[in-house]
Amino acid sequence: MTPATMPARHTRPGRSSPLAAFLKATELDTRMLGMVGALLLIWIAFHLLSGGLFLTPRNLWNLSVQSAPVAIMATGMVLVIVTRNIDLSVGSMLGFLGMVMGVTQAELLPKLIGFDHPATWMLTLAIGLALGLVLGALQGFVIAYLGIPSFIVTLGGLLVWRGAAWWVTSGRTVAPLDATFRLMGGGPEGSIGATWSWAVGLIACAAVVLSLMNSRAQRKKFHFPLRPIAAEIFLGGVGCALILAAVTIANAYPWPAGSVRRYAEANHIVLPADGLFIAHGIAIPVLIAIGVGVAMTFLATRTRFGRYAYAIGGNPEAAELAGVNTSWVIMKVFMLMGLLAAVAGAISIARLNAATNAEGTLAELLVIAAAVIGGTSLLGGIGTVAGAMLGAVLMQSLQSGMVLLGVDTPLQSIVVGAVLVVAVWLDTVYRRRV
Amino acid sequence: MDGARIPLVAMRDISLAFGGVHAVDRASIDLYDGEVMALVGHNGAGKSTLVKILSGAYQRDDGMIAIRGEEATISNPRDAKRYGIETIYQTLALADNVDTAANLFLGRELRTRWGTLDDVAMEAQARRVMGRLNPHFERFKDPVKALSGGQRQSVAIARAILFNAQILIMDEPTAALGPQETAQVGELIRKLKADGLGIFLISHDIHDVFDLADRICVMKNGRVVGTARTADVTKDDVLGMIILGKCPPAAVPGPGAMAVA
Repeated sequence: MTPATMPARHTRPGRSSPLAAFLKATELDTRMLGMVGALLLIWIAFHLLSGGLFLTPRNLWNLSVQSAPVAIMATGMVLVIVTRNIDLSVGSMLGFLGMVMGVTQAELLPKLIGFDHPATWMLTLAIGLALGLVLGALQGFVIAYLGIPSFIVTLGGLLVWRGAAWWVTSGRTVAPLDATFRLMGGGPEGSIGATWSWAVGLIACAAVVLSLMNSRAQRKKFHFPLRPIAAEIFLGGVGCALILAAVTIANAYPWPAGSVRRYAEANHIVLPADGLFIAHGIAIPVLIAIGVGVAMTFLATRTRFGRYAYAIGGNPEAAELAGVNTSWVIMKVFMLMGLLAAVAGAISIARLNAATNAEGTLAELLVIAAAVIGGTSLLGGIGTVAGAMLGAVLMQSLQSGMVLLGVDTPLQSIVVGAVLVVAVWLDTVYRRRV
Repeated sequence: MDGARIPLVAMRDISLAFGGVHAVDRASIDLYDGEVMALVGHNGAGKSTLVKILSGAYQRDDGMIAIRGEEATISNPRDAKRYGIETIYQTLALADNVDTAANLFLGRELRTRWGTLDDVAMEAQARRVMGRLNPHFERFKDPVKALSGGQRQSVAIARAILFNAQILIMDEPTAALGPQETAQVGELIRKLKADGLGIFLISHDIHDVFDLADRICVMKNGRVVGTARTADVTKDDVLGMIILGKCPPAAVPGPGAMAVA
């Protein structure tokens, strides 16, 4: 009797629980569901403890913007950890890249093309991304081709790039930044408004439905087992509902009175007596984060590069014997991490409207924690981009919630650290059981 | 198996040293199509190393490899695969965290016209090839780590036959298998032999060797002791070659053969 013909634990006919049947039909990952459940629990707990302050459009909108940089970097960190490496330098890279981008737009480019040039933000971003790739390539080369452990190389990087960040301006903070560049940091102008948010929401819903339909068509073509139609409809429905709920919340957060007044004056609108409601809509950094998340998920699951990264994490020798160029894959993984650190850096300095050399200090720990809470195993080979982004939101929710409750900063650190350990412990228990 | 035919694989005077250890020392071996050549010897004799040189996993220091009479350049596993050489490693060389189809196509993925991985096509082919080897196998979505030893072995074998190997290297293919699965592998080897493949078989099981192999080559301490047809020698002769290096009259002696007094 081969193991394949033995009945699986949960699906003996007539004996499976409704929950197990539901999970089997929808093919949802129980771990991901567990994390979403934990996130909801934390949100509800903070909402009750803070007397109804947490689950407000304003707080949730701010939460989304605050999570963006860490979420973006966490997507790259997943691939790094999956390949059995680590990157301790992302915070310092963010700081250095942020300083370079700040100096570029505030001092370098104005000398070359003048102030308030429409291309300033593009050139700055391009320089930042290119430099991020170079930094990542340097570290990746040393790790992949010279064979030095990534822990050591990126530990060195942590010190080197932080020092370099100071060196760019001898410690001077650079401010203010280009007006268009600032939009990447969120805020009233850095959001897309109600109409565009609905457009984005509807496009996202369409994408969810199309992807479900496409996957079903593919399965039919090859006569693979199909999900029940009810499950597909359920998934599509819940997905769209969540997307539209998120857009509604984003649109429920109005501009502050000062911004409304300035906008009205600039556009010659007469303000009604009880004020004008201009919705923020989805923040631009959040859009960037979502875009990065989608791109990274695609990279990780649908490209050879992603497949090789996971294979290297599972068995580096097997990947080598299969003819995979493991060194080049690992170097690319670190280059990608550098690129994402640049994106996160751009968002961070844009939010602050200033580039400081301390930006991103200790961010690597939050990024690694986000990835690990999101299900990435430090042994390599396992991890999802979506999980890491959820992990980032979870960590940021903890911090935001504690700030709302007025918890002292040192106690916040204690709580975050404890939660990290508990989360990984729960993950270990779950993996052993499954 | 007469001298007039060009061997499928001819390895001449292959040497490879790791530091001071001569893993393979002037070893010569050849393989004709439609035959099984068994490679036997004690642990550390150099059998695995010699075939890994053929499969591109190691780079030889010295010597020549010819495929169908023409000199071949094999400097990495990709080169070997291009010559139609497929290997089933002793450790199986499977990536535990990905599923069967991903392992079968590792390094040689099928892609859609947009350049993305064509997972459905790969799974379809995986189902077909696994169906030939193991008709009851259904767990295509599970990571390979969750499969039994026999199932993992089937995946490793399937990977080798999926890409129309002409030269198959099997390093201890039945080491982790029970009697029924061992018999299945034996059947597969006979079938592939009938299809015209040349197979290098490394095995510690002398009964399997005599059952399946046409010729047998014994290595000791990195050197070839001798090569013989299995029909011409007895199991005791072979044991003598393995342990003592004593080459019986029916075998062609190599550099590692004990000097006859």
